[in-house]
Amino acid sequence: MKSIYFTLKYFAITLWSMFVIAPFLWALSTSFKDFNSVTGGATYIPWLQFEPSLEGWKVLVRSPAKGGVDIIEPYFNSIFVTCTASLISIMLGTLAAYALSRFTFKAGIIKNNDITFFFISQRIMPPIVLSIPFFLMLGFLGLLDSLFGLILVYIVLLMPIAVWIMVDFFNKVPKEIDETALIDGCNPYQAFIKVVIPNSIPGLIVAVLFCIIFGWIDFFFAFILTFTEVQLLPVKIVALNSSVTPWWSLSASALVSVAPLVVVAFIVERYLSKGNLSGALK
Amino acid sequence: MNFRHKFVFLLPGLLILIGILIFPIVFTVRLSLSSWDSFFPGLDFIGLDNYIRLFTDDKRFWESFFRLSFLSVTTVLLQYIIGFSLALIVWKDIIFQRFFRVLFLIPMMTTPVIMTVIWRTFFHESLGPVNDFFSLFGVTPLWLSDETLAKVTVIIVEVWQWTPFMFLLLLAGLLSLPKEPFLAAAIDGASPIRKFIYVTFPLMAPISIGAIIIRLIEASKIMDTVYVLTSGGPGTATETSSFYIFIKGLREFQMGYSAALSFTYLIIMIISLTIIAKLLVKLLINNN
Repeated sequence: MKSIYFTLKYFAITLWSMFVIAPFLWALSTSFKDFNSVTGGATYIPWLQFEPSLEGWKVLVRSPAKGGVDIIEPYFNSIFVTCTASLISIMLGTLAAYALSRFTFKAGIIKNNDITFFFISQRIMPPIVLSIPFFLMLGFLGLLDSLFGLILVYIVLLMPIAVWIMVDFFNKVPKEIDETALIDGCNPYQAFIKVVIPNSIPGLIVAVLFCIIFGWIDFFFAFILTFTEVQLLPVKIVALNSSVTPWWSLSASALVSVAPLVVVAFIVERYLSKGNLSGALK
Repeated sequence: MNFRHKFVFLLPGLLILIGILIFPIVFTVRLSLSSWDSFFPGLDFIGLDNYIRLFTDDKRFWESFFRLSFLSVTTVLLQYIIGFSLALIVWKDIIFQRFFRVLFLIPMMTTPVIMTVIWRTFFHESLGPVNDFFSLFGVTPLWLSDETLAKVTVIIVEVWQWTPFMFLLLLAGLLSLPKEPFLAAAIDGASPIRKFIYVTFPLMAPISIGAIIIRLIEASKIMDTVYVLTSGGPGTATETSSFYIFIKGLREFQMGYSAALSFTYLIIMIISLTIIAKLLVKLLINNN
C-alpha cells in the first residue's frame, strides 16, 4: 500500500513537471532554428536533428533599421511601468488597508467590509469593460500612448491586490503593537511607519510580488492604450506573431521576457518555505 | 484615537481609485444608452434599445456567455484538483522539495499572451511537437481548427498557466494549518485517505473557497489566451464574452451596443459570483 502511494506520488509530479517544462524546452530549441529547420517539421535536438543558428537571438539586439526587432526599449518600458504602478499601488493600498483593518468606518449602510469589497471588486471588472472609456478618457487627457497613462490604468489593476493582501495581513498583526506605540507617545503616523510597517515586511513583500506579477503579465490594456510611441514587451512580442511568423525570434524574445519573473518564483518559494506567506495569503 | 487620522489613511487610495474609475463607469452606462457607432459617433439618447436588442435579438452573446461559463468552470475545477494534489504532495517531505515548489510556481509568472504564442507553435497542426508525437500513431488531431479540440487546447493552456496560482494559495494554506488535529488523527491510527477526508479537507475548506472564487473571477476574464490562440475560432467555437464584446466594440466600433453588453455582463458576473460563493460555503463548510 505504502509503495503504491509512493510510486503514484512521484509519477504524478514527474508527469506534471514535464508538462510545465515542455513549452520552455520547445521554445529554447526553436530559438536556435532557422527557416529551414522550422518548416521541415518538428525537431528537438540541435546538431543531431538540425543545424543550430543564432539568428533568432541576434535579431533581438539588431537595430530595427537593419530588420531587427528592438525589444530593449519595450523591455525597459515594461519594467518601468510595472515597478512604478506597483510602488504607487502598494503605498496607497497599504495605507487604505491599515485604515480598514484598524478603524471603523460607518456611513449609512456602508461599513468596513463594504469598502474592502469595493476595492477588491475592481478585479471582477473585465478589462474589456474599462478599455473603451479608458481609451476615450486618456485621449481626452492627452495621455494616450504614454507611460503615465498606462501607469494610471495599472494602478486600478494593482491596488485591489495590494488592499486584498494587506487587509488580511494587518488583521493578523496584533493591535497591541500600535497601542503600545501610541502610549509611548507616538502619533498614529509615527506608530504606523516605525512600528506597524517593520512588523509587516513579509506581507508587504508578498503584496509587492503579486503586484509585479499581475502588472508584468498584463497585455490587454497595453495593447489597447498604446500604439507606437510607447510599447510594452508583451505587445511587441505578440506583434511578431502577426503576418510572417519568425518562430525563432518569437521563441527567443518569449524566453527573454519570461526570465526576470522566474527570479520572483524563487523569492515567493523562499517566503512560502519560511511559513511567512501563509499569514499573508489567506 | 483621533477621528481625523483614519481618513488620512483611507482616503488617498480610495479617492484615487474612485477618481480613475468614476469616468469609465458613468461613461459606460451613458454610452450604453446611445447608438454610437463608426457612422454616427456621438452620445445621442436612444433609451433602452441596446438592452432590448441584447435580450431579445443576440443569440451570439448568450452563446458566448455559456461557453465562457463552461470554460471557466472546467478550467477552475481542473486547476483546483491538480493544484490541491500537487500542494498535498510537496507539503510533506519529498526529495527536491524546494525545486518542485519553484518549478510548479513558474507558469503563473509568465505572461499569458507570450506563452500562448509559444503554445500556438507547440500545437501547430503540421510543424508542432504535439502532432509530431501523435503522428507516431498515425493521427494528426486539428488542435486549433476543430471545434471541440480548440476548446480542449484553450483549457490545456489555461490549466498550465493558472494551476500554479491555485497551488500557491492552497500550499500556503496547508502550511498554516494547526498541527493538533493531525496528531490526534495519527494517534487514532487513521489511514492517509481518511485523514484527508476527515481532517485536511474540512480544515482547508475556507481556503479552498477563497481560492476557487478568486480563480473564477480571473478565469471569467479569459481573453488574452483566446485572442492569440484561436481568435475565437474556428467560427465562434472558442469565443468568450470578453472577446465578443471586444469584437463588437473595437472591431466593429458599435460602441454603444458594446457598452450595453459590458454593463450587462458585469452585472451578471457580480450576481453569479456572489451566488457561487454562497453555494460553495454551504457545500464545503456546512456538510462537515
